[in-house]
Amino acid sequence: MSDQEEQRTWSLSKQEKRLSMSFMYVTFISLLIGGLMGLLQTLVRSGTFSLPWGIGYYQILTVHGVILGLVLTTYFIIGFQYTLMNKTVGMSHKQRQTAWLGFWVMVVGTIMASITILLGKASVLYTFYAPLKAHPAFYIGLALVIIGSWIACFVNFRQLQVWKKQHKGEKSPLLAFMVVINMLLWFIATLGVAAAVLVQFIPWSLGYAETINILISRTLFWYFGHPLVYFWLLPAYMAWYAIIPKIIGGKIFSDSLARLSFVLFLMFSIPVGFHHQLTEPGIDPVWKFVQVTLTFMVIVPSLMTAFSMFATFETTGRKKGFGGLFGWFKHLPWKDVRFLAPMIGMLAFIPGGTGGIINASNQLNQVVHNTIWVTGHFHLTVATTVILTFFGLSYWLIPALTGRKLTSKINKLGIIQTVIWTVGMTIMSGSMHIEGLLGAPRRSSYSTYGGTEQASDWIGYQIAQAVGGTILFVGILLMVYIFIQLVFFAPKGEEDFPIAEEEPDAEPTPRFLENWKLWIGLTIGLILIAYAIPFMDIIQNSPPGSPPFDWPIGNS
Amino acid sequence: MHLHKYERIWLLFGTGSLVVFLLIIGFGAFYKGAQPPSEKITIDPQNVEAQESFKKENLGLTKVEDGKYIVNVVASAFNYDLGKDEDGSNVKKLRIPKGSTVLFQVTSKDVVHGFELAGTNVNMMVEPGYISSYETELNETGEYTLVCNEYCGTGHHLMFAEVEVYE
Ligand SMILES: [Cu+2]
Repeated sequence: MSDQEEQRTWSLSKQEKRLSMSFMYVTFISLLIGGLMGLLQTLVRSGTFSLPWGIGYYQILTVHGVILGLVLTTYFIIGFQYTLMNKTVGMSHKQRQTAWLGFWVMVVGTIMASITILLGKASVLYTFYAPLKAHPAFYIGLALVIIGSWIACFVNFRQLQVWKKQHKGEKSPLLAFMVVINMLLWFIATLGVAAAVLVQFIPWSLGYAETINILISRTLFWYFGHPLVYFWLLPAYMAWYAIIPKIIGGKIFSDSLARLSFVLFLMFSIPVGFHHQLTEPGIDPVWKFVQVTLTFMVIVPSLMTAFSMFATFETTGRKKGFGGLFGWFKHLPWKDVRFLAPMIGMLAFIPGGTGGIINASNQLNQVVHNTIWVTGHFHLTVATTVILTFFGLSYWLIPALTGRKLTSKINKLGIIQTVIWTVGMTIMSGSMHIEGLLGAPRRSSYSTYGGTEQASDWIGYQIAQAVGGTILFVGILLMVYIFIQLVFFAPKGEEDFPIAEEEPDAEPTPRFLENWKLWIGLTIGLILIAYAIPFMDIIQNSPPGSPPFDWPIGNS
Repeated sequence: MHLHKYERIWLLFGTGSLVVFLLIIGFGAFYKGAQPPSEKITIDPQNVEAQESFKKENLGLTKVEDGKYIVNVVASAFNYDLGKDEDGSNVKKLRIPKGSTVLFQVTSKDVVHGFELAGTNVNMMVEPGYISSYETELNETGEYTLVCNEYCGTGHHLMFAEVEVYE
């Protein structure tokens, strides 16, 4: 028995399943609430609908961003990653107890932040830019969510460490390696936002500090804000590299390549936050350019991933005897939702990634910065690529956790769901992209801007967004229905937990890929290169700080 | 580490394009001077009038010489202060002749705002404590909407003005 097969021997215990499921419940409740808010926004902005009961547009915009961008993603990822770790390296009783502690800390934080937003005391959007001042409970809630997620980081680190001790000299299971890279990325990145929240925002919102340094808070936020999208993306990559091949009946294309691309993502996703700050004052243009360059380095692992994916598809198809130039492509299991949903997600990443290159370009950024193009961009990357992959995972993950079967009826519903999502997102994100190129701003309520001609050109696209948004909400309702079916009503049984294997004659993975000290050291080195000097510059060249402003958001 | 031959070609092609791309951006930025707005001049957000450019009488459009203009703006929730006209009412629309070189200088008295002249490359963040500036040539006639494109509070979408470029 090769050690690859030996790694598969862990099965999930009842308690482990319950742990992961608790994260999934939060995920799908968030999907419903956050999606409803998204629908309402597109309706308001079409100019045909106003919110009842004095609810503010920016209040629901905050709910939408926080619940979908921060809550849904984080809970799904942590829950999913626990199952990957438990399946490949196992989990001890003590680790599971610590994991539960992390879960509850996150839940308390989420509830605190949500209530504050619902009461209209924190309409600051998910970026919570100073000096707009939310109620302190909002910031404290966010801090608790981060701290809870750190507990998950340390549990995952410990899980791999224990396994390594018991398997001296063996290479770690691929998925466990990937989870640890992603949590490392998350931990290093959240140090920035945690510093901003704990050192700057909480004392300032409580009145202990009179002013806040805005540029520092923004720089710390974006130090975190860009790696955040890679934290969302890497679990999708885990599925593409190591799970999808199994679903289509193939093998992992290359274990070493997968590991190398993850290491490159770790190194090149953090020291790049300035590309979100290209149009702001106070930062030296040379350092902006340095970070633009570092941003583009992630193109390399992205291209590696694209190659691996299509290589897997082609090799598998040809092995099954589907020849011709594209015969293998036609014969992919398009009718299996576990494949279809992530595959469409992958395809969406081609225009999504291209848009990202445009956003991060030194000068092109100025054309699209803060226009609704950007909103269109991340609805293509996060809300399509990542979310469709997460949906695709749910079709087998939820039944595997609840001890039920994915029936062919639910599979069909899933395919319909995927199509609805694709159509809705194409309409919504497409019109956002075009409208943004025409100059329309993002994160704005309905306005005719004094009746200018430009603004009247924008309205048609906003109506198209409402159409897309409505279709997407139907997709959300269907997804929630599917979730409920898979949790409570599908027939009992054992569902596969697909983990792909290497080719039996695969080249051995080089040892240096598991040299954690090397990768962490290089990552810290790159961060220092990209941030140390400009950060000192920002501190030395700072203006007088800003007092808090609570009236512009109706929090006074 | 073993790489498939096609993969090496693919990565070589990708990395090559990346290098070319960065060289073009770098050339534009450092040789042609096409830098994003990055002004490092600081200002006291609670006393912006202390700076010459943002004194009440210097706000709005000022002709510097033939074909050269400066536009000084104080942004606040939810208004762009473009000065006052002869009748003493607030200016909401600027008229600039086509082909002019215009330097926009903007600062904020309170929170973070955006400053975007839709349909042009004038697009920058305005942050309390800093002056944001960008110089451009306005070469096409038309009516341009000046919009705040960074969320600044409940009246954010009501923060706008107009710039007309005339023949
Ligand atoms: Cu504003």
